Amino acid sequence: MNAICPECEATLTLNDVLRGEIITCPECGAELEVISIDPIQLELAPMEQEDWGE
Amino acid sequence: MSEKVRVSIVGGSGYTGGELIRLLLGHPYVTLQQVTSESNAGKPLHAVHPNLRKATSLQFVSATALQACDVLFLALPHGEAQRRIAHFAALAPYLIDLSADFRLRDLNVYQRYYGEPHAAPEWLDKFVYGLPEINREALRSAKYASGVGCNAAAAILALLPLARAGLIDPSKPITVDLKVGSSEGGATASQASHHPERSGAVRTFAAVGHRHEAEVAQALGLANVYLSINSIEMVRGVMATAQVFSAAGVDDKQLWRAYRAAYSAEPFVRIVHDKSGVHRHPEPKWLAGTNFADVGWEAEPESGRIVALAALDNLGKGAAGSAVQSMNLMLGYPEETGLTFYGLHP
Repeated sequence: MNAICPECEATLTLNDVLRGEIITCPECGAELEVISIDPIQLELAPMEQEDWGE
Repeated sequence: MSEKVRVSIVGGSGYTGGELIRLLLGHPYVTLQQVTSESNAGKPLHAVHPNLRKATSLQFVSATALQACDVLFLALPHGEAQRRIAHFAALAPYLIDLSADFRLRDLNVYQRYYGEPHAAPEWLDKFVYGLPEINREALRSAKYASGVGCNAAAAILALLPLARAGLIDPSKPITVDLKVGSSEGGATASQASHHPERSGAVRTFAAVGHRHEAEVAQALGLANVYLSINSIEMVRGVMATAQVFSAAGVDDKQLWRAYRAAYSAEPFVRIVHDKSGVHRHPEPKWLAGTNFADVGWEAEPESGRIVALAALDNLGKGAAGSAVQSMNLMLGYPEETGLTFYGLHP
């Protein structure tokens, strides 16, 4: 099934995902939580900010 | 074409020439016929380019010994190709000049940036600017192509999606900071390149008036483009950081659409705008030896400020790689032929 990344609008092809699963968008690297299977819905998961110690 | 195409290089002892030799030796549809160097004539190519030992038995020859070929690459210092262009054109039906001699269309702009009148103005219109991302169709039917300026290519590729999408406010200056490697300075040593002077330095060498400004303005159709170049502790690589202003409210999704529209179908431009991990922005380190340009951005919706980023290898996508990509288009080969090295990590 296809879903749209809520961060970058990439079309993602998802196979056998489970509700609550965290996936990574291959285009923008956003971590996405599967909040619904039917219909498929994705939501941004909390992510660490960039940290170079500077 | 069933037989391999014969290619030769005029001026093969510099770093750009060396990269061109390396790429052409690995190209399946061409045979490298001759490489000239006046100061190294008679020496094997690996005497100057040590990475090419065992790759070829060719020796440098004088330009006076040049024979007819199918494609002639010119990798001479700026100003030399234009003075001998008719002679070179008589040797080969296809010319690709990697110098700045045939990049600009406006003679006044050329004279302003290069300090002298052009010696062959009647040839300018014959050349197509060899950046496939903006001139692909023209290159397919071109006999003559110019190379690209490495810093110009990085700036153009960073800004092109924004210019095409109308996201740049042309009334405000467009500034591009470029951090570059020492190989941009060429293969000739000087006091400035002496190791104790150069190592560890962050050297501003063209804060204003860099020659590649004219290329960027010409390619993008923008007037207010200003480059500043800083040479850093790196051998190969360019990192362009461009600052432009758009209308307030510009958001990340708009920018994703703009960059995808420009580059989704491009074989050698990759969008790097990641939300996780340590590789969130373009980085020239991973592009050494490749023909890839990585682009990205950050935006500040409140002010409309967009920071557009591009990284590439100045000798690769910024010079020899784009030249070979242009050759592939001119000869009808698959565009990626001979250019698919993905770089090294770490």
